[in-house]
Amino acid sequence: MAKTKNKRPDGRKPSEMRKIEMEAGVIPNAVGSARFKIGDTEAIVGVYGPRELHPRKIRLADQGLLQCNYDLMSFSVSDRKRPGPSRRDRELSLVSSNALSNLVFLDKYPTQVIDVFIQIPQADAGTRCAGICAASLALADAGIPMKGLAGSISAGAIGDTVVLDLTKEEEDWADGATDIPLTYSPKTGFITHLQLDGEISKKNLFKAIDMGVKAAEKIVDMQEKTLKEKYKGGAVE
Amino acid sequence: MKEYIKKIGKEGLRVDGRGFEDFRDIKIETGVAKKAEGSALVTFGKNKIMAGVKMDLAEPYDDSPDEGSLMVSFEEAQIAHSEWEGGRPRNEAVEIARTVDRGIRESGMIDFKKLCVKEGELVWKVYIDVYPFNYDGNIIDGSSLAAIAAILNARMPKRKGNKVLYNELSNKKLPVTKTPLTTTFVKIGEYIMVDPNLNEESVMDARLSISTSGKESINAMQKSGDGGFTPEEVKEMVEKSFKIRKVIEKAIKGVK
Repeated sequence: MAKTKNKRPDGRKPSEMRKIEMEAGVIPNAVGSARFKIGDTEAIVGVYGPRELHPRKIRLADQGLLQCNYDLMSFSVSDRKRPGPSRRDRELSLVSSNALSNLVFLDKYPTQVIDVFIQIPQADAGTRCAGICAASLALADAGIPMKGLAGSISAGAIGDTVVLDLTKEEEDWADGATDIPLTYSPKTGFITHLQLDGEISKKNLFKAIDMGVKAAEKIVDMQEKTLKEKYKGGAVE
Repeated sequence: MKEYIKKIGKEGLRVDGRGFEDFRDIKIETGVAKKAEGSALVTFGKNKIMAGVKMDLAEPYDDSPDEGSLMVSFEEAQIAHSEWEGGRPRNEAVEIARTVDRGIRESGMIDFKKLCVKEGELVWKVYIDVYPFNYDGNIIDGSSLAAIAAILNARMPKRKGNKVLYNELSNKKLPVTKTPLTTTFVKIGEYIMVDPNLNEESVMDARLSISTSGKESINAMQKSGDGGFTPEEVKEMVEKSFKIRKVIEKAIKGVK
């Protein structure tokens, strides 16, 4: 696929994302919630809180805690995953919490917790990024004061071609693909989540970061539009 | 502490007298655990981190029938730090193990095809377990270095059919192709420094670990902590990691 330089298995251009759908307010019980779909990857997020944090000893005296729980659902992948948190799930819970904590004014909620539950019902690569995108939207939907929204996307390389938003098929490409999931918030100017695995040159890495940041900006624009659409009549309970 | 670190940071100073780009002196001993197939003890600052390699024969995974496999674990041993509580590993410990694992795996350091005994039936599994004895910050670089030194130190055990003869190590080394190295930076206020000590790490805003192999390749990155970096800061750290890597290379050179 890298040989025919500008063609990818699904016909996208290197810098083209898959089709994105998003919606805010999908879980009635949650304070805020959202669904984010990119290609065949989907995340559903519910936000609960700010509320009391248990156990008491992990409470922070001067600020609240934002706590994500990432759950790749058992039937979301071809080979059934054993339900419950895997080591990967637990790492991604932490990574997602770190990606989002910086966006929220946590100093407004000393000793409290904001719980962010990320469910992945369908996975075709880029699930942590879809989860973070949905969480950004859900936190805003919950009316929690934020410094800004965040866009999250996986950039990377297939062979020597830098590409955006890899599918599972592309990630598994036999000659090696590099995956660089990142989260960027245009309002703060910060990358709050960045991971890489594979093998990539410095030049291509820098190109991929620029491509990812640009795409994150685009996703944030879409999030803003979605929120404005939902709340155009004012926020009513 | 954070205010103090930021205050002296203005003059380019750090609490232990280092410059922002100075890695602490590293000492590596190998063969420190005789029953392990390979082992190493890495010391820098007040860090003491031990890693051991154990190997086993097992059926390969379905998606890689002709390849051996790797499993890295990290124990927050309570001997090493008063704030580690034991019991089920915290998510932070899982993240450390998985970051070390990716640095090794993604660089292709180990040629897993050469760990295949019989395709689809029997392969070697490599278990690397990392235990700090004393924790003084930058546990990711320390664990990664200990793991890599232990791999370089390891010898293949002999086997009889599908049974491992653990007490009879061969002279054969593990099939190693290159040496990935990890450099970790933290950001405190506006200052970015490499190889954070415990004081620095406990007040950091954000952290980035970068695994490189050779002159040009980046194999793994992991951002942690709840702060952020600008895209430019990320690029600068990548540039610096290739420079700082040379210091760590010196420490691991000749390790066997």
